[in-house]
Amino acid sequence: MRNIHGALLLLILCAFGAQAEVSEVYDFDTRAEEQRYQNLIAELRCPKCQNQNIADSNAPISKDMRDQVYRLMKNGATNDEIVGDLVGRFGEFVQYKPPVDKRTILLWAFPAIAVVVGVAIVAGVAIRSRKREKEESALSPEELARVKKMLADKDQQA
Amino acid sequence: MKRLLLFLPLVIAVGVGIFLAAGIGKDPTKLESARIGKPVPAFSLENLNDPTQLLDESVLKGEVALLNVWAEWCPSCWDEHEYLMWLSKEKGVRIVGLNYKDQRETAFSFLGRLGNPYDEIIFDPKGSLGFDLGVYGAPETFVIDANGIVQYRHVGVVNKQVWEEVLQPVIQKAKGNS
Repeated sequence: MRNIHGALLLLILCAFGAQAEVSEVYDFDTRAEEQRYQNLIAELRCPKCQNQNIADSNAPISKDMRDQVYRLMKNGATNDEIVGDLVGRFGEFVQYKPPVDKRTILLWAFPAIAVVVGVAIVAGVAIRSRKREKEESALSPEELARVKKMLADKDQQA
Repeated sequence: MKRLLLFLPLVIAVGVGIFLAAGIGKDPTKLESARIGKPVPAFSLENLNDPTQLLDESVLKGEVALLNVWAEWCPSCWDEHEYLMWLSKEKGVRIVGLNYKDQRETAFSFLGRLGNPYDEIIFDPKGSLGFDLGVYGAPETFVIDANGIVQYRHVGVVNKQVWEEVLQPVIQKAKGNS
């Protein structure tokens, strides 16, 4: 029992330790500013630990980037300027959302292209099969007469 | 025509296969530097060997040079150091060191044990120049041409293979241009 208590205590302490490591103290004048800062660091990507944003990452480089975001914000930079500054240093990689330009147009347009092509294929198949139905299902007068006769025969037998 | 259409899925599968196979073996952790084709950012930092002397971007002008980002705490820097020694001694390459987020004492003990291949060493304890250069993990090695323009960035260890296949051709080209 005592062991369990000890383990629990250790677990709680570890959790606090991990939290203390990430939280830096930044002062913001307004709640909106703080929210803006949080949004910015959530959409910037850490170049070292590639699948984390700089808000979640503990890498020293992420801390440097958060400091820079804060510093630029304090200097009155706009969001675009802040993102542009970090892209200028670390490349497009740090943006989770790549800008729409000549190199990325295919990436952005691909979902729309896929939908259009898919709809075209489905429509083509449907139209063609409907046409075929019309052409092939129609029975000639002789065939119709035969069908009627066969059905009539069956009725008599029953 | 109908027959040919039946082969469409095969063609698509092969095409996607080739596209995906091209990505295999590429290291996604190696990013292209955003600074290529741009000048080395302006800086004013102490010389590691002489705290009273300030170095600036002019140490990277006049001759094609390698700018090697290193620190005592970086394990791969220990691995690549013998190759830097070889490049500087045998190949006569000018190497400028950027001591990144390190301390003077530990940096000196590192150089004392492994030797000093650097013509100049910039002391950047806060990593400010490193940040401006987009350094995200030491060791990194930049090729800087005689006009102080960044031509290439290699992330990771420099060894004989990297030198022969990557850095040497870039340096030759940089020398040809200037």
